[in-house]
Order: sequence, then C-alpha cells, then structure tokens
Amino acid sequence: MTSILTIVFGAIFINNFVLSRFLGICPFLGVSKKVETSLGMGMAVTFVMGMSSLVTWLLEHYVLAAYSLQYLRTIVYILVIAALVQFVELVIRKVSPALYQALGIFLPLITTNCAVLGVALLNVQLEYNLLESVVFGIAGALGFTLALVIMAGIRERLELVFIPKAMRGVPIALIVAGILSIAFMGFQGMM
Amino acid sequence: MILPAVVSLGGLGLIFGSMLAFASQKFAIEIDPKIEQVLEVLAGANCGACGCAGCAQFAEEVVAGRASITGCTPGGSKVAACIAEILGAEAPEAQERCVALLKCQGDCNTVKAKHLYHGIADCKAAIALNGGPSACSYGCVGLGNCVKVCPVDAITMGENGLPLIDVELCISCGNCVAECPRHVIEMVSTAAQPHVLCKSRDKGKYVRSVCERGCIACGLCVKKCPENAIYMENNVAVIDSSLCNNCGICVEVCPEHTIV
Repeated sequence: MTSILTIVFGAIFINNFVLSRFLGICPFLGVSKKVETSLGMGMAVTFVMGMSSLVTWLLEHYVLAAYSLQYLRTIVYILVIAALVQFVELVIRKVSPALYQALGIFLPLITTNCAVLGVALLNVQLEYNLLESVVFGIAGALGFTLALVIMAGIRERLELVFIPKAMRGVPIALIVAGILSIAFMGFQGMM
Repeated sequence: MILPAVVSLGGLGLIFGSMLAFASQKFAIEIDPKIEQVLEVLAGANCGACGCAGCAQFAEEVVAGRASITGCTPGGSKVAACIAEILGAEAPEAQERCVALLKCQGDCNTVKAKHLYHGIADCKAAIALNGGPSACSYGCVGLGNCVKVCPVDAITMGENGLPLIDVELCISCGNCVAECPRHVIEMVSTAAQPHVLCKSRDKGKYVRSVCERGCIACGLCVKKCPENAIYMENNVAVIDSSLCNNCGICVEVCPEHTIV
C-alpha cells in the first residue's frame, strides 16, 4: 500500500510528467487556454495513459517477454497507443462535439504525446507489476491534468492583465511554464 | 526468429483494427453532406456577421433551416444563390452591397481636445474617463477598437487619428458598427450618394466652437435640396437615400463641408 501511495504522489507532484520530466509539453502549451478544455484534454489523456499502461504491461509480459521480442517494444506500444487514441477520438466526437472541436489537432496528437509512450516505457524500466503500472499511468496522467489546469487557470487570468507588447501570447506562456516548473521543483527530495 | 515477430505484430494490428472498426460503427455519427457543401461556398472569414460562432456553425444552422439563406453578408447575393441551389430552395433576390462608413471628420486637426489621454488604447476605456478626450462627445475617439474587430483588416488607423476604411476589402460583416462605442460607423450602400459625416447632437454654436467639420444644423442643405430629401433630426442633417438623386447641391452649399 505504501509503495502505491509513493507512486501516486511521486507521479503527481515530485516527478510531475510535464513540469519535472518535461514530457507532453505540446498539449501543455497548446490546450491550456481554457480550464474547461484542459480538463477535457486531461481526461482523454488519463484514459489513454491508464489503458495503455494496462495493455502494454500485459503485452510486455505475455507476448514480448514470452517470445523474447523485446526489440519490438516501441512499435508495439505505439500501435497500442494509436488504437486507443483513435478510440477516444471516436467516443469524444460522438459524446461531446464541442470538446472535439476545442481539442482540435491536439486530440490525435495524443498518439505521439511523449508522456503516454513515456509512461509505458518507464513501467518497463522501473519493473512495476500490473497494479503499480496502471496506478503509475493514471497518477502520471492526473499530474499532467493538474499541470494543464493550473496553467489554464493562470492563462485565463493573464488575459485580463496588462502585459508588455513584446511578451504577449507565447512568450508569457513559456515564462509562466518555467515559473510553474520552478514551483514543482520544490517537491524534489520530499520522499 | 522472424515468424513470431510478424505473427505477433500482425495479430495485434488485426485485433486493434477490428476493435476500432467495431467502435467506429458503434459510435458513428451521421453528418449531412449538405453542411460540407454549404461550408465550401461560404466566405470563410469566420467574421460572425451571421450571429453564429463561425462559418461551420452557420452552415449547420442553414442546413437545419434555423438560419436565413441570406445570413452570410460578406458573401452577398452570390453565396446566397449558391446556398439556395444546394438546399434546393428558391434563390433570393439580389441585394445591394453595403460597406462601413465613418460618419465623423473630427481628426486631430479639426476637433479640439478636452484633455490629454494616456490610458490603455481602447475607445471604451477612454470614454469612461470624463466622456472621452475630445471636446465633441459624439465623434470618433480614434483609438481603433474598430481596427481590432475587423476580420479582414479593412480598417487601418490613418495619420490624422481617424480610422480609414478600405471599401474594396470591407465584407460588410458589421463588427465595427457593433463595436464602436460612439456609433459613428454605419453601414451604407455603395451607390454614389452624399453622406452627412457628423453625428453630433450638440447645438450649432457649440459644434462650431469645437469642430471645424461638424454639422451646425444651419439647415441650408434642407432649403436647397431640390428633391426635399434632407431633413433635420437632433441637430444633424439626415439625407433620405430613397429620395436623393445625387445632384450634389448639398455638398456645395454646406458651409462646414460636413456633407461629402
């Protein structure tokens, strides 16, 4: 139980996928203009990361390791992730066309989101068991969602304040991201 | 060595592929092909003149019958005819093209300043402070809110502090008309006609004391108009466009050169 809690807190705060590991930066900057869309993106990523952790762990142990095919790991994982993202895209388009439009290109881009492939590869590297893998995947995605929502909240407020002309738009977003990262660095060494 | 690799990858591909095929049937959504066709013929500026969030939504609304076929003002009668053809409806009558016109000539040389304004460059903010920086409380503030809302960059800020509207680029979306806090921009027909370029409701004496180009409501144009197309309303001359025959007499007689 302690190890599970360690994994959860570690993935969300200490080694936050976006702000400490620098994985999945593109949706972090691309879909963080509104809290609502960033929450939607976070949920889509959480589903994909949780499911892909589960499926890739099963494949790793019952297919790749069983037939010593570890050299196919990357391509198999990408196959799993791509299929899952495609599935999520189908569901979101049916259930919430507004969210589908708001996410735009970033929805299919979850396929190449390094956080998603990263969590699958880290699971192997850290030699987690099935439960730990899935927990790590979901907690990592929650950390990603947290970073996205914090960023979106700040950027929503930034819309209302005076920003020097040269800093408007992307520059101020990157600076905010940097400061957020510094803030999360404060969690380092807690456990 | 090769066989298990090929079989496992191929097998996985097949499994995921068939799962996706099943899901795509389960979660299929029907899209009316007409929506796509209507979207093709629209102006595509996403200006919002139709009242929808964008061209895509307008296309949906039109196909569903909730929006008017003539709703796309930038596209004009040409687009309306195309939409009518796609939907199998009757083509609407051709409408006259309208463009935005600034009804104020109070630039930095002609109108007196009340105070110097150093706040944020926004017309509404400037007006909130003591009724605006210029002595005329009906004229253009000149901070370019209209420039910001124009979707096709047809409006630029002139050197004299008044916005310049490029008639060729204007798509008559009406965003600037809605945005202008002083309501000095109006949609007018492109037909050759004189326009009274002043909206001041102040008394003539005051107008003359603060602006060189304001309507002082002297009534000369009303008297001289051979068609009786001009009348006075709220201390400003108004030209009835349906009666005007573009003779140009009012332009000549106006002592303040307000009618152009």
